[in-house]
Amino acid sequence: MSRNVSTTRRSVVTIAAWGIGFLIFFPILWTILTSFKTEGEAIASPPSFLFFDWTLDSYREVNSRSDYPRHFWNSVVISFGSTFLGLLIAIPAAWAMAFVPGKRTKDVLMWMLSTKMMPSVGVLIPMYLMFRDFGLLDTRTGLVIVLTLINLPIIVWMLYTYFREIPGEILEAARMDGASLRSELIYVLTPMAVPGIASTLLLNVILSWNEAFWTLNLTAANAAPLTAFIASYSSPEGLFYAKLSAASTMAIAPILILGWFSQKQLVRGLTFGAVK
Amino acid sequence: MGQITLRNVKKSFGEVDVIPSLDLTIENGEFVVFVGPSGCGKSTLLRLIAGLEDASGGSIEIDGVDATSLPPTKRGLAMVFQSYALYPHMSVRKNIAFPLKMAGMSAADAASKVEAAAKVLNLGDYLDRRPGQLSGGQRQRVAIGRAIVREPAAFLFDEPLSNLDAALRVSMRQEISELHQTLKTTMVYVTHDQVEAMTMADKIVVLHAGRIEQVGSPLDLYRSPVNTFVAGFIGSPKMNFIEGAEAEKHNAAMLGVRPEHIDIVEDGPWQGTIGLSEHLGSDTFLKVLVDGIGTLNVRGTGEVGLHTGDKVSLAPQPGKLHRFGKDGKALS
Amino acid sequence: MATLNSRRAARLMISPAVLLLLAWMVVPLAMTIYFSMLRYNLLMPGMESWAGFDNYRWFLTDPAFFAAIGNTMKLVLGVLFITTVGGVLLALLLDQPFWGQGIVRVLVIAPFFVMPTVSALVWKNMFLNPVNGLFAHAAKALGLQPYDFLSHAPLASIIGIVAWQWLPFATLILLTALQSLDREQMDAAEMDGASPLQRFGYITLPHLGRSITVVILIQTIFLLSVFAEILVTTNGGPGTASTNLTYLVYAQSLLSFDVGMGSAGGVVAVILANIVAIFLMRMIGKNLER
Ligand SMILES: Nc1ncnc2c1ncn2[C@@H]1O[C@H](COP(=O)(O)OP(=O)(O)OP(=O)(O)O)[C@@H](O)[C@H]1O
Ligand SMILES: [Mg+2]
Repeated sequence: MSRNVSTTRRSVVTIAAWGIGFLIFFPILWTILTSFKTEGEAIASPPSFLFFDWTLDSYREVNSRSDYPRHFWNSVVISFGSTFLGLLIAIPAAWAMAFVPGKRTKDVLMWMLSTKMMPSVGVLIPMYLMFRDFGLLDTRTGLVIVLTLINLPIIVWMLYTYFREIPGEILEAARMDGASLRSELIYVLTPMAVPGIASTLLLNVILSWNEAFWTLNLTAANAAPLTAFIASYSSPEGLFYAKLSAASTMAIAPILILGWFSQKQLVRGLTFGAVK
Repeated sequence: MGQITLRNVKKSFGEVDVIPSLDLTIENGEFVVFVGPSGCGKSTLLRLIAGLEDASGGSIEIDGVDATSLPPTKRGLAMVFQSYALYPHMSVRKNIAFPLKMAGMSAADAASKVEAAAKVLNLGDYLDRRPGQLSGGQRQRVAIGRAIVREPAAFLFDEPLSNLDAALRVSMRQEISELHQTLKTTMVYVTHDQVEAMTMADKIVVLHAGRIEQVGSPLDLYRSPVNTFVAGFIGSPKMNFIEGAEAEKHNAAMLGVRPEHIDIVEDGPWQGTIGLSEHLGSDTFLKVLVDGIGTLNVRGTGEVGLHTGDKVSLAPQPGKLHRFGKDGKALS
Repeated sequence: MATLNSRRAARLMISPAVLLLLAWMVVPLAMTIYFSMLRYNLLMPGMESWAGFDNYRWFLTDPAFFAAIGNTMKLVLGVLFITTVGGVLLALLLDQPFWGQGIVRVLVIAPFFVMPTVSALVWKNMFLNPVNGLFAHAAKALGLQPYDFLSHAPLASIIGIVAWQWLPFATLILLTALQSLDREQMDAAEMDGASPLQRFGYITLPHLGRSITVVILIQTIFLLSVFAEILVTTNGGPGTASTNLTYLVYAQSLLSFDVGMGSAGGVVAVILANIVAIFLMRMIGKNLER
């Protein structure tokens, strides 16, 4: 099968790959390390890499200064809530596109994606005013609605590419077996598409978790997720590196861990059906 | 019950008329086989009956009830697909029970029906496996099991054996025939394998470009094909066709004679040289270049001691010559 | 597959998604267009009056507008260039056999999970800061003068930060695509006497075409509306040196409270985005056909 790769070549590639991987990861690593330093050590010149007094002071201080659990919970509710709602709307739509394609299916899909290109800023003011009038400002419900809408096109597209790989005959078999449309979707299509749905879910949770336009502009205190929590460290606290690092680590850790554990599904999902 | 009547059924995909207009009655309990070359509309016809496609015109009746616009769910038919279309995420047991669950049957009743079906199909040991862990023949049986538990008015099969290897195909063919004898339910079976058609069918429907060429029992079609298409399609090896002077002698535009109906004799009307001889043991197939006629395929029984280059004299068996007119229709 | 029943069902199934997106597109947009015709400042409530196209005239003749267009283009194209070229190279490297592939992959993907506000803050303070940033330390260690990235090269710095966030995305898609490349095709090309470079040009790159299209499409969608990175690092400055269209409209409407102007800017942004969208969709539509 494959040819033997010389050990020299393998070693060179290994060094290069690890070197670049380390460089790309370094900002995150440095943030994590700094979060365990004291403020003095954090700005010491030359900076120490590992040999400093490890301390949890910054974490304690960040926790006493802001309500991390609440922001965390807001992030969870908003990102999972909007993703689940999006899936609920997108699964039937993607079913229709994949299994009952018409002449305009491609156009509809492209149109949906193009709504994603509409700059949010173009509709910021009306959204702000509507939110104010409906009492949705600074509520999780409001953010769930907005994030569902902005991620819907991507969810539909991803599901569509997965569904297209499922043979239509199986759904026809279900129909012959007496399944109603509802049963067809619940008992046959959805379980068969679990891997695809899982990666769609993951990617959209990450996108929603990190969304930083609407979450910053439509929340104040109550519904603020972690994006807003971290923005509050912008300045002048930004100059307190250890605290900034601790807050940053806390903001990204949940999603970093989730992402690492679900890497395989995620990568599959990321390709948007471009790779067979 | 399971009588299916197609009246003036049409189907077109956009501009393309796949089925121009078709009438057919399938009687209750019959085993009907659709045969025809690839792309002639066999699957389309089956899917029209199933309700997976809408007819562009005409009507479809099932047991006297107009089913033309009923969704597949409401037609009371079961279908076995070429790809088996098993639900990959369900165990064999769940696959077979699925139609029962959809019909709202209680779990206990469904379980006993599944057991019964599994017994008939020899699936008892595999009930808790997933389809992915089964062989092709076993998957086929699960697909059939899923179809029989519903006790449908009729079974529809779309080339169910074409993904199996030759040996398995023969045994599954026999199993399906036996199943038909036990259940006595109408079966509509699509294939392009004419051995399947000949061995299984009560009635064969020969399709060509969406049109019915002939309907009849296997032996009817073999003995008296109504035109050159059916004559050439049914029977293996293919019928020989002879044109020109020899045909005119018999007042026909074309003569047809099957390889098994040509005898090697001392002094026949046709003289020729053997071009190729295939010795299979039980049969011998000869390609004979006959003077003034062309190449004829001849089938000899047993071991015939003839080889390439030998001169032979041939004679058609009396009454086994088929005569066709200019339009390809059989002359009586 | 398609019967009248199933087509009717399909229309029903797709309509919630279509109607929601239509509403999402039309309602706020209509309001934005309406506001853009008003003289409307949040600091002077109740003073709204009809302005016609005045807001557009002001917005479009504002030098900041042209600066913003230019910056937006530089930002999008710069990041696209870095991430696709870098992504292809990195994917080629990671596609080679080496020890610890799994771990390196984890390291490389990580920036994609970091929220924009965090990465902007971390880069701004801990790396680019001219006094205490890591780059400043490094410069001092080498005896050089620390460089104030965000003051002197604000846009380039932002491009760098955003490219760092998106490089993993491009790399992973392209790597997956590389791994799906049929080895036999490569072997055949090698038997035909193609050099490694030729093999890359004639086989690998065309094979990556679809994936590169997807990378460009998805990234453009997100890059056109880069916001948090600018808000956190430079606030669009100095001057308008790092103001993109999104940020300009934000600044007009929420910092100067001029809803009319902001809305006019929003409408302009939507129109420009649609032009880009049409162009991209053409390209994608062609490339994703099967
Ligand atoms: N959904 C469709 N859209 C357009 N044309 C179709 C569609 N389905 C089938 N056809 C066309 O209708 C004709 C008949 O197709 P059908 O599948 O019924 O053939 P078949 O007899 O089953 O062939 P095979 O033996 O190869 O399965 C073919 O020419 C095919 O191209
Ligand atoms: Mg077929």
